[in-house]
Amino acid sequence: MDESTHEGPPSRRAFLSHSLTAGAGLAALGSAGPGVAEARAVVADPPETLPISLTVNGRRRTLRVDPRTSLLDTLRKDLGLTGPKKGCGQGACGACTVLVDGGRILSCLTFAVMFAGTEVTTVEGLADGDRLHPVQQAFIDHDGFQCGFCTSGQVVSAVGLLGENPRPSREEIRELMSGNICRCAAYPNIVDAVESAAKGR
Amino acid sequence: MLPFHYTRAGDIAEALRILSRDEGATLIAGGTDLVTLMRDGIRAASHLVDVNGLGLDEIHWLPEGGVRIGALCRNAVDDARLRREYPVLAEALRSGASPQIRNRASVGGNLLQQTRCTYFRLPEFACNRRTPGAGCSAIEGDSHLQAIFGASPQCTAVHPSDFSVALQALDAVVLTEGTRGRRRIPVDDFFRLPGTTPHLTTELRRDELVVGVELPGGPLAARSHYVKFRERASYAFALVSAAVAVEVRGGTVRSARVALGGVAAKPWRSPAAEEALIGRPLDEEAAAAAGDAAARGARPQRHNGYKVELVRRVVRQALSELG
Ligand SMILES: Cc1cc2nc3c(=O)[nH]c(=O)nc-3n(C[C@H](O)[C@H](O)[C@H](O)COP(=O)(O)OP(=O)(O)OC[C@H]3O[C@@H](n4cnc5c(N)ncnc54)[C@H](O)[C@@H]3O)c2cc1C
Ligand code: FES
Ligand code: FES
Repeated sequence: MDESTHEGPPSRRAFLSHSLTAGAGLAALGSAGPGVAEARAVVADPPETLPISLTVNGRRRTLRVDPRTSLLDTLRKDLGLTGPKKGCGQGACGACTVLVDGGRILSCLTFAVMFAGTEVTTVEGLADGDRLHPVQQAFIDHDGFQCGFCTSGQVVSAVGLLGENPRPSREEIRELMSGNICRCAAYPNIVDAVESAAKGR
Repeated sequence: MLPFHYTRAGDIAEALRILSRDEGATLIAGGTDLVTLMRDGIRAASHLVDVNGLGLDEIHWLPEGGVRIGALCRNAVDDARLRREYPVLAEALRSGASPQIRNRASVGGNLLQQTRCTYFRLPEFACNRRTPGAGCSAIEGDSHLQAIFGASPQCTAVHPSDFSVALQALDAVVLTEGTRGRRRIPVDDFFRLPGTTPHLTTELRRDELVVGVELPGGPLAARSHYVKFRERASYAFALVSAAVAVEVRGGTVRSARVALGGVAAKPWRSPAAEEALIGRPLDEEAAAAAGDAAARGARPQRHNGYKVELVRRVVRQALSELG
């Protein structure tokens, strides 16, 4: 795959937004009198896209994103990484879990522009070539899934959990994996998988 | 969602400058609340000011006692000394949301998060908090999650934060910085009850940001505890919660704090429950008396009478577990 997908000259609207500083000064000065509306009219054209660079699964990516786009949609649609799933899109299920600078977060509750300069890891980035990550292997060994829709989120979340707490008790695993809902209720096997991955470390 | 400008502010002055010159500018920290509100059309921003680069992510122990927690510290903050000296705070934070959300959610954002009232979050329903004067769908509608204290005919929503309930029990102060200077606002004054202006939820001015919270030192906090009752064991908002802090000397309670979550538009302090404890040993009887006192004066709606009994039990449990 190519380094970057969305390179190209900035659009007219994006260009206009660069003149923001000068125009905004005007708006501030004029805030007590007329002319504010005019100044705003010049200023208030938000950018269609903004450039960001970040590292995804070890590779540096540079692309332009609509500031309204979530990190989840950017990963899935712009970078073709469909491991993170959109289960609910509102923080309620955990299927979109990714690691940012090593910590697990929900990528649906974000705007991608806020992640410039970070290191993002999705489930696609866990294996070492053909060698699965120990947590991935543990999910297979313990049958930690049924339909599999929640699984990429579960696996990434478990990797994040073991980073936070390398030796969790079974009780702690249940509590600290509670941000990942499984509609198939594969929970007992998921807890087994995480427990065995922790022991294997 | 309408398009917006985006700036990652380099310092507080830059953030304040944007806030004061653009009425539609909004701060964003973790984004765990604001993003969905914007996506669902509940809130709009002409300019998003990202505060993650402001360096407000430190815990600072004060030489004269007490601690200052930066507004950008995450809800996952795990500090051994904080856990030891302010157990109720650590427990409240840990009981909130999920590990993924706590890793991203900030202390400032937690205070400023919006209510989870279903009608507020669904634009197809009338809501005075969202659109002043539109009416309140909860009054005639489903009230099982609504307030039993401090509600008004205009709004019965509750504040969803666990963290703020602990802050209330610890006499915390919210530290703000604005174009007109810095302020120290006691938590109890920071949050507003709905009255006739339910859309105004806090004392924070539009051109101000929260830079941190300060917890006083002193003997109360060390013996403190948080109990949260919810519909499932984890990853759910409180139906009712209680933060308690008690100082016992010579076998009797010298001072006490009792604050409730899930029952009002702000973390609800219960002076009656506190008084019920003063001067007696911290035993089962005292805990039950405090629970009863905490529930007094509650005004349940059609579907939330159960919260009154929950207040009694949650307060009693919190105090018994302290004992
Ligand atoms: C599924 C789910 C479950 C949850 N469960 C719980 C729970 O059980 N208990 C609980 O307490 N919370 C819970 N939460 C809420 C969560 O704690 C909040 O979303 C979070 O704390 C908000 O912090 P943030 O930094 O992400 O805020 P943002 O979403 O970035 O901002 C929220 C608001 O705060 C303002 N703001 C942010 N920082 C500042 C600042 N420094 N100064 C001034 N204004 C500021 C923003 O302008 C915005 O209005 C849950 C959330 C979700 C999605
Ligand atoms: S898609 Fe992000 S939590 Fe469900
Ligand atoms: S395996 Fe089907 S949702 Fe978890």
